Amino acid sequence: MSGDRFSPTRLLAMVVKEFIQMKRDRLTFAMMVGIPIIQLMLFGFAINSDPKHLPTAILSLDQGPFSRSVVAGLQNSAYYRVEWVAETRAEVDAMLDRGVVQFVLTIPAGFGRDLVRGDRPVLLLEADAADPAATGNAVGALNNIVRDSLRHDLTGPLAELAQSQPPVDLRIHRRYNPEGLTQYNIVPGLVGTILTMTMIIMTALAVTRERERGTMENLLAMPVRPLEVMVGKLAPFILVGAVQVTIIIGAARLLFGVPMLGSPVALVVGLLFFITANLAVGFLFSTLARNQLQAMQMSFFFFLPSILMSGFMFPFRGMPQWAQTIGEALPLTHFLRIVRGVMLKGNGLPDAWPNLWPLVLFLLVVSTIAVNRYRQTLD
Amino acid sequence: MTGAPAIDVQGLTKRFGAKTVVDGFSIQVTRGQIHGFLGPNGSGKTTTIRMLCGLLVPDAGTGTCLGHDIVRESWAIKRQVGYMTQKFSLYEDLTIGENLDFVARLYALPDRKAQVKAALDRLGLAHRRDQLAGTLSGGWKQRLALAACILHGPKLLLLDEPTAGVDPKARREFWDEIHALAAEGMTVLVSTHYMDEAERCHRIAYLAYGKLLTVGSVPEVIAGAGLHSLAAEGEELGPVRRDLEGKPGVSMVAPFGSRLHVSGPDPVLLAQAVDPWRDQPGLRWQAVEPSLEDVFIHLMHQSRDNFAPGTATGGTA
Repeated sequence: MSGDRFSPTRLLAMVVKEFIQMKRDRLTFAMMVGIPIIQLMLFGFAINSDPKHLPTAILSLDQGPFSRSVVAGLQNSAYYRVEWVAETRAEVDAMLDRGVVQFVLTIPAGFGRDLVRGDRPVLLLEADAADPAATGNAVGALNNIVRDSLRHDLTGPLAELAQSQPPVDLRIHRRYNPEGLTQYNIVPGLVGTILTMTMIIMTALAVTRERERGTMENLLAMPVRPLEVMVGKLAPFILVGAVQVTIIIGAARLLFGVPMLGSPVALVVGLLFFITANLAVGFLFSTLARNQLQAMQMSFFFFLPSILMSGFMFPFRGMPQWAQTIGEALPLTHFLRIVRGVMLKGNGLPDAWPNLWPLVLFLLVVSTIAVNRYRQTLD
Repeated sequence: MTGAPAIDVQGLTKRFGAKTVVDGFSIQVTRGQIHGFLGPNGSGKTTTIRMLCGLLVPDAGTGTCLGHDIVRESWAIKRQVGYMTQKFSLYEDLTIGENLDFVARLYALPDRKAQVKAALDRLGLAHRRDQLAGTLSGGWKQRLALAACILHGPKLLLLDEPTAGVDPKARREFWDEIHALAAEGMTVLVSTHYMDEAERCHRIAYLAYGKLLTVGSVPEVIAGAGLHSLAAEGEELGPVRRDLEGKPGVSMVAPFGSRLHVSGPDPVLLAQAVDPWRDQPGLRWQAVEPSLEDVFIHLMHQSRDNFAPGTATGGTA
């Protein structure tokens, strides 16, 4: 009997059917084509694990020609971009704490005089080493940059200073993460990525499930307002998110010894807005997706750039400007800065504010769209 | 207010893309009546019901439901209407009790627990209170759905094919309940494909291809169709059927087991068409009152010829 054998005709029937279904499911098809392209663009053009042109502040207590040479040398180097020249210690501390600059170079008073005397003055480079990967190469290059920039000045009788041991005593101070532990950077960041993943997927599915199972029709026929549905759907997940955060931060302390230096209030406020922002994204997806598979796909579309472009996996400042602009629009980017700032840098609410308001703005925009997209009818 | 109709709509029209699903639908439904809503699949019954309870916004037409404008006051309508969807639309992963509690809370019912208990008792669901809705059979799901939509004491029930896929005993009990509710003053609009259910309604409306074809009590609808029927009883009905189909004066030939119903609008032409078969041995002919089903199939054929060439549906109205 031919029915017992492998039949090419039946195989063809299956293959043709699969192709037809694939063609009908546009979103899946778009993902199959889109994901490789997006990955290629991100990894090829955006992601760079050797960040350059890092924002740097100079605390210059010496105005002489030698210190100007050092600053010029930094400016001309590929790794540093001098953006601020500060006058006081307090200014540069705040800039580091808020992540405005990656480095602060302190040129001590009498730098030029001590250099000429051969006293090897101390040049202090403070690095925001919360993400060790972001600073490593720049710090490594500093010695040569300083020596090269002084070479032109150290001529004639001073030439021997340039020859022998380094003319300056270069000290590196790795702030926030002196031992360069990757866990210090990754574990707080995990709070953000895990929340992004679970919150968006859970809510995107929760509403889509109502539509797929047909319970939406009943819900719409009853007197309940869209905002009541939305908030009612999201509230339980805020609790779920709180449990997740407690687990991760507890484990961060107990297992990895990650410190918690800053204000818990700032962290809680940041978390609240971050969780709600993600829930709003999930709710928006659920108003767009026709079924649960599509909701999953949309969540994945959002999650991918979130982990790659937020500074979680790769240094944010390593990305070109266009990619940083996209990154700034992602809630995870801002939350990472808040959670790292609070846990590692001892940030309080005022320090967190520059990254809080973008979260609030994001939340407002997305939830407005979501509530408007939510139909009170079946039209 | 009691004299005003529960539903009073004119010219309701709904289009999905280029397709007009409901076309100029008008109806008045008197309070306290059970109004049947019939028509083949895809005739626009569900769409009409959804427009009445505010789930869809009509593209044209006006009207009121319980005195509230169907477009502008859908919120007020939702509070006073119970809508039972065609597909079971309560939560399968909640128990009967939890589903009813949820609905009671959404309507902000005072004395929620007592109301839920009353609904459970009324529909004989009390002993299954803690059973997951997803594990119920069709008949029990239907009772639960009815319990959920009468929980808030609506004045109007919109039931969309509530008895589809339910066994005859459960159907009968369901209809007894519908009559009990109507006796308490509730107005009921119920869509169905079953003729016996249509005959239990005070009035019926027949919809095909988006248009209302006829409305009235069952005798009125049958009389209004102007249809005459002859029935043949015998063994060899196949050749008779093939011969009569399409003959002048014959609008419909429908076999019913060992009987054949032949109908047409003109009694003289119908008799002429049947004449060659009159004296066929083994066949007994008699004039019969056209059944509701005859009338509906006749109306459906007529309307298909009029509005929708080539879009026949598998409806068995």
